[in-house]
Amino acid sequence: MKKLNRSWFGSLPLFIFLALAGAFMILPILFTVNNAFKPLDEFFIFPPQIFVRNPTTDNFTDLILLLRDSWVPFTRYLFNTFFITVCGIIGHTLFASAAAYPLAKHRFRGKQTLFTIVVLALMFTPHVTRIPNYMIMSELGWIDTYWSLVIPAFALPLGLYLMKQFMESLPDSIMESAKIDGASEYRIYWSIIMPNVKPAVFTLIILQFIQLWGNDGYGFIYSEDLKPLPFALAQIGLGGFVRQGAQAAALFLLMVVPVTLFIFMQSRIIETMATSGMKD
Amino acid sequence: MRNKWQLIWRDLKRDRQSYVLIGPYFLLFFVFTVLPVVLSFAFSFTYFNMLEPPRFIGWQNYGRLFLDDDIWLIALKNTLLFAFITGPVSYFACFFIAWVINEFRPWIRAILVLIFYAPSISGNVYIIWQMIFWGDRYGWFNAQLIRLGILVEPIEWLKHADYMIWIVILVQLWLSLGTGFLAFVAGLQTVDRTLYEAGAVDGIRNRWQELWYITLPSMKPMLMFGAVIQITTSFGVAEVSMNIAGYPSVNYAAHTAVVHLLDYGMIRFEMGYASAIATVLFAIMVLTNLIIQRLLRKVGE
Repeated sequence: MKKLNRSWFGSLPLFIFLALAGAFMILPILFTVNNAFKPLDEFFIFPPQIFVRNPTTDNFTDLILLLRDSWVPFTRYLFNTFFITVCGIIGHTLFASAAAYPLAKHRFRGKQTLFTIVVLALMFTPHVTRIPNYMIMSELGWIDTYWSLVIPAFALPLGLYLMKQFMESLPDSIMESAKIDGASEYRIYWSIIMPNVKPAVFTLIILQFIQLWGNDGYGFIYSEDLKPLPFALAQIGLGGFVRQGAQAAALFLLMVVPVTLFIFMQSRIIETMATSGMKD
Repeated sequence: MRNKWQLIWRDLKRDRQSYVLIGPYFLLFFVFTVLPVVLSFAFSFTYFNMLEPPRFIGWQNYGRLFLDDDIWLIALKNTLLFAFITGPVSYFACFFIAWVINEFRPWIRAILVLIFYAPSISGNVYIIWQMIFWGDRYGWFNAQLIRLGILVEPIEWLKHADYMIWIVILVQLWLSLGTGFLAFVAGLQTVDRTLYEAGAVDGIRNRWQELWYITLPSMKPMLMFGAVIQITTSFGVAEVSMNIAGYPSVNYAAHTAVVHLLDYGMIRFEMGYASAIATVLFAIMVLTNLIIQRLLRKVGE
């Protein structure tokens, strides 16, 4: 059989490109990680160094001291973000998967139209709906409550889209015996479909986590003691140069959680994305 | 006529379990996504400040937008610049990097995916670019240029109208290997291996021909999904511009349509005008996506 020309030499330009692109991607990350462990004087050496010389955890102690002495304690911001993230993840995963099952496996009136609208919703950013959403929230009396951030997150389009595409790849045969036994659709959804879509469930969890973990509540939350963590951490950066160390520590903390989650879930996310294509 | 309604009613009753399952999601989806688009369109023809009831003013908001608002024109120009640069560049980068990565063994591939995907999930970490392009000699980029003798004096990169938009574009590119990238990585793994062998028999000589005749056509659905994600993100640039170049940026050089929208909606509370901006933005985003979808259908045909 004829061998394809895949010589190492022919690939060299591609690998050089990959190395350069990789360096561009990773340098700022390395910078952030190193900054978090730099003593304050290392921020002011010329020329500036990416790598830390005498690593210290002072920045983290500073960060905790700064936030402990603030009017609202650090743990409160942490709780706010934690609460918003957990509620948002649970609601989104349940609502989106329950809606994805009929869209993937049933035939009913309006199915195609509903899915087309969801795909259309992927085609514009949430900024577009921000102003009317504010009005709706204010009608509902949800401004300045957790719900203004949590409830809309239940119905984001990307999660439903990915879940529905993944469910479509399941063979119909897994539902047949349950149907013969006369199980209700709710039962089939919960005890047959859900255990078989774990990779997609993990994907929804991590995508939703990224959304909510970084949410600063801008415009919807005014009370200081309801504000999420990213808001508080952004304030530290405004403290000027002496706060640079604490800000670096804050950036590091915000980054490390989603990246770690992704490391553990990568293979399942890739498995889900394998079904993400848009069929005509 | 009566028969038709009876038919619909019968179907609805028969499929009621399906409707119960989709109910909670779509109720919220309609309230927080569909209704806002409709409201935005409706309010765009009014003067509305949230205190008095909205007053119908016809096309005035749109007239003001395109005839009287110079800053909007700057914002629109910048947004189109983002869309036409970061959109295509990030799209090709997503695909190209995924394609090169695909050649490696699984464990190396996993590490490379992590490196390229990490920036897009790292939240506010892009603020580090502010330190890289800091205006004095302690800024990393300035320091390197001074050391190499290219610059004598540091440049205020982020305060200079000519430079800052390019820096925001660079940061946006850094952030852009997200969901679309993962979809491509996954899609490349699903391409049927036997097609490559068959292709070699049919006279495909190098990997570029293989890419065009086999790989791209077999992952067309991913290409379309990735395009939607990249296009939508590149039209929605706002937070990065506000946090990197400042808000408002010097001479509005990094002002985008979404920044303009947030300015009128969240600060000036001119909801009618902000709604007109949102409606225009909505139309531009959706139309571009639909056109690109149509073009991508032709890949490999």
